[in-house]
Amino acid sequence: MSVFNQSRGRIIQIIFSAVFLIITFQLINLQVFSSKYKLAAENNAIFRKIVYPDRGIIFDRKKRALLENVISYDLVVTPSETKGNDTAAICELLGIDTAEYKKRIKDAIFKNTRVKPSIFEPLLGPELYAKLNENMYKFPGFVLSERSVRTYPFNTAGQLLGYIAEVDTAYLRKYKNDGYEMGDYAGMNGLEKTYEKVLMGQRGIKRFIRDNKSRIQGPYENGLFDTVAIAGKNLYTSIDVEVQQLAEKLLQNKIGSAVAINPRTGGIIAMVSSPSYNPNVLTGNQRRKNWGRMVLDTAKPMYNRAIKGQYPPGSTFKPLGALVALDEGLITPSYGVACYGGYGGCNGVYVRCEHKNPGHAANLRLALANSCNSYFSDVFRKAIDNKKYGNTIDGYLKWKEYMNAFGLGRTLEVDLPSEDKANIPDTSKYNKFFGGARRWNSCSVLTLGIGQDKMTATPIQMANLMCIIANKGFYYVPHFVDSIENETEADTAMLGKYRRQHIVTHISDSSYKAVHDGMNDVTLYGTAAAIKIPGHQYCAKTGTAQNPHGKNHSLFVAFAPKNNPRIAIAVVVENGGYGSVAAAPIAGFMMEKYLNDTISTAGLAEVERVSKVNLIPAAIKQWYFKKDSARLAKIALEEAAAKAEVAEENNKPITEATLENNSTPIGDKNTEPKLKAKPSLLLNDDKKKKRASGKP
Amino acid sequence: MNRQKNISQGVDYTIIWLYGILMAIGILCIFMVEYRTDTNWVQSFLSGKTNYSKQLIFAGVCIIIATLILLTDSKLFTAFANLFYVFGILLMLATFVLGKNINGSKSWIPLGGGFNLQPVEICKIFTALALAKFLSRQETDFSKLKSQILAGIICLLPAVISVAQHEAGMALVYFSFFLVMFREGLSPIVLIIGFSFVALIVSTLLIEPNTLAIILSAAAILCIYAFRKIIKKSKGLLYLILIIWFTSVGIQRFAVPFIFNNVLECYQSARVYSAFGKDYDCSLNQRSAKKSEKAPKKPDDYNVRQSKIAIGSGGFWGRGFLKGTQTRGKYVPQQHTDFIFASLGEAFGFVGCFVFLCIYLFLLFRIIMLAERQRSTFSRVYAYSVASIIFFHIAFNICMTIGLFPSPGVTLPLISYGGSSLVSFTMLIFILLRLDADRQMVLR
Repeated sequence: MSVFNQSRGRIIQIIFSAVFLIITFQLINLQVFSSKYKLAAENNAIFRKIVYPDRGIIFDRKKRALLENVISYDLVVTPSETKGNDTAAICELLGIDTAEYKKRIKDAIFKNTRVKPSIFEPLLGPELYAKLNENMYKFPGFVLSERSVRTYPFNTAGQLLGYIAEVDTAYLRKYKNDGYEMGDYAGMNGLEKTYEKVLMGQRGIKRFIRDNKSRIQGPYENGLFDTVAIAGKNLYTSIDVEVQQLAEKLLQNKIGSAVAINPRTGGIIAMVSSPSYNPNVLTGNQRRKNWGRMVLDTAKPMYNRAIKGQYPPGSTFKPLGALVALDEGLITPSYGVACYGGYGGCNGVYVRCEHKNPGHAANLRLALANSCNSYFSDVFRKAIDNKKYGNTIDGYLKWKEYMNAFGLGRTLEVDLPSEDKANIPDTSKYNKFFGGARRWNSCSVLTLGIGQDKMTATPIQMANLMCIIANKGFYYVPHFVDSIENETEADTAMLGKYRRQHIVTHISDSSYKAVHDGMNDVTLYGTAAAIKIPGHQYCAKTGTAQNPHGKNHSLFVAFAPKNNPRIAIAVVVENGGYGSVAAAPIAGFMMEKYLNDTISTAGLAEVERVSKVNLIPAAIKQWYFKKDSARLAKIALEEAAAKAEVAEENNKPITEATLENNSTPIGDKNTEPKLKAKPSLLLNDDKKKKRASGKP
Repeated sequence: MNRQKNISQGVDYTIIWLYGILMAIGILCIFMVEYRTDTNWVQSFLSGKTNYSKQLIFAGVCIIIATLILLTDSKLFTAFANLFYVFGILLMLATFVLGKNINGSKSWIPLGGGFNLQPVEICKIFTALALAKFLSRQETDFSKLKSQILAGIICLLPAVISVAQHEAGMALVYFSFFLVMFREGLSPIVLIIGFSFVALIVSTLLIEPNTLAIILSAAAILCIYAFRKIIKKSKGLLYLILIIWFTSVGIQRFAVPFIFNNVLECYQSARVYSAFGKDYDCSLNQRSAKKSEKAPKKPDDYNVRQSKIAIGSGGFWGRGFLKGTQTRGKYVPQQHTDFIFASLGEAFGFVGCFVFLCIYLFLLFRIIMLAERQRSTFSRVYAYSVASIIFFHIAFNICMTIGLFPSPGVTLPLISYGGSSLVSFTMLIFILLRLDADRQMVLR
């Protein structure tokens, strides 16, 4: 029988071979032809950990660090490992209740799953850190993880430096090619934002092998494919921290702005927008709260008026009017106007002048020194009605072109985000306003000549204008960053626009001398005669811009020293009145500090006085007052609630919430009935429960 | 010295070598699965706490068992074959009383000291012996249907008990004896019918029921048309075709859904479906519905998917020994037992797998060669049984890990971790070697 079926042994061998062949084909399919399994394996098992480099430091012109990195600690939790935790103890340390603890754990699981670490409490204070560090052994699943945060040793220049914050989804979408991930910090404003790429440095990536529960098993291929983190590069700026601090102090209790530029380089020495804020409030665990408060503040402390505030330049515009006419060859420095207290060259428009004596505008120098409105109205009309350009529209367009060349009505491209271009109106605006292209002429827009009408400029534009005059016809784009540590080609290209000289006018030095002399006369016997810089002659122009909403804005522009200028400055104090009163002293002290490195003893007392002068408009004061009293009222309500609580615990029926004697609720008596109902709302949850159950 | 010569006389060393190589590969594979960079592997090899060191101990035990088997007289196996079989069945039945629940199947008998015995593994040997004994009886005429049915009962009795213990995978292995019976004269029609049945079930899963019914009907009509001349002469063929058509459609429309919904457990049905890329709706399953009211989880082919990823990521040359990220990350569940092939595939790639398969195939062919040179039916039947069992294990296991077959939970012979499996394969092979060594002696 065995012989009979011998061939079947062969068949069984064939069956075996066939099955093995099928297996081999499937193996070829899996291992040789499909690449998706390799990819899936990488996604499965390789965990990419980003190594954050230190962020670059920002230095001032004397290499003092305006901000530094310090290590802060986050309390990080891995929910799956928290079994056997002393929950009560950790809650007590953090000052939270168990419900909050559970909520945070739930959030962590929702955000990052149960087995991955997520932040439980960010940016611990030093005291809390010390307490927690001692007790960490009691809390399995919790670890303290390091994070680098910013501090600002000089407590200054918050608006310039900006702040860093956690990126949100919108940010991630916008910069999706830059490798940011949820939880990363990035510069959100100021220099931190503009130079984000430089400051950020280059992140390193470490690859780890992880297991099926996402636990790290060790480095992948012994770190063969890891990249090293490269620290962010430092920025060297032209800011002078002492001048900056002084300017902030002088602008206290005022709303306004000051910009000081080194005309030789375009480097910004100081830039203040008041009210300002201490940049340290936007770091640490109170960050969110402070940020919210400042965003809602009606005086807008986070709003940089130096690049965004738009003010009519007023008389400070006059030197520019002269320059345009000189460049066009319409006047010479000896050109004079007979002024008898006003400009009457136009029918229906009469521009009043402060001076009546004839001869106060006999030449350019005198006209500037006396700030003669008639003279500059006349010069402005000459520019607009220039025969070369045929008609008003073309003349105006040419004039506007000049304005843009001088940096007005356009952004200067300073290295801060969200700069405003202010306004030099286009002809279409006037066409619309006057009802047609032929229905307006130089007379209709006459006050443009003295820096009024629809014209506005930002403080930085005014300061830049001073740079052009100080440099006799050229400027560098104002900027903060002079150089970047270990500059690469890309960095140099980025800074290139700040290193290029822009030539604006082609006026002879002698003509400029007339302008300089006129502005110098302002400081000798003119409107700014009260302001002196010990040891230096300087040139200035005051301005008092009419403000339709309230008291006039006080403006002051200057550059110093007269020969060989090293600082050009523009100061605006909103509702400050005359330029010589509010703005001029501030500019004076800033220039003195910069040029002399110190302020005379007599000056110091004056600095104190100026810093205490309160020029905040009544409406804003009112707002602050209301907010404060609302806060007080809230405190009072809370106290009342606490008292009611005590009363409840004593088992006495509450009839009416009582107030502390010295604290009063908001203003009028109408609020009192509300007050009675409110205390229970202010109790926290479990107290409420107690109250509910306590009631029979 | 004299005795040593006695043992080794006539023993087939090729198989012993292959056996040794495979066992070494197995321990290395388990080592790859368990290895951690920060542990001292020499120490943990000796500690006896890790799976690979346990496997090493099992290997030692196996060597002792192998030596003992080689020392025995081959007549013992023929003499006690039936007794062994009864013992094996009793052992399997004992699990219902003594059984310990491991991985959802109550088929283990605890031996103490952390070791457990799975009788269904050992019973394979006894069944093979019993079948050999039955077929080698002088009074057995295997061409008769009665003896064929009896042989079938001998083979399938342990399978039935095993299904009752929720070890459907092991039950499948007992079908390997049909290959042996085929060799001994079972009509190939049985195999063809079996194969067709499997093909029908698979196509039922893959093709929409109505479409399949139409295809089957069309095939039947075509057959009738093709054989119309023969049918004219005798109606027998027509009836045969009609009966086949009727049973096929019946199976496809009613029997298969019935099996999946009423016979198999929810998870088993889900596994079978997922192997063909389909989702099984557990709410249809009567057995699961009876057991628990709560809705069962969505079926998941996680194991097989991860195993395919691991093997696929090996590529042509593999990632290298101990460098497989999937293996080290423990992504593949049961990787030291059922899915051990995944670690091999990841570490050594296609080349490694191919060489490995060649070793297996060589072993199988060698056993068949041994079988064919036996002079006694007993030895030959037994040898074929060994080859078939090993072949079924390999085919089911590897097809499962590479996603060609639903995962039945069958070990990879000599490679997978597990004492029962290793010991039973050792016994299978060494009994064969003993029989082979005495092939000149025993005639019947």
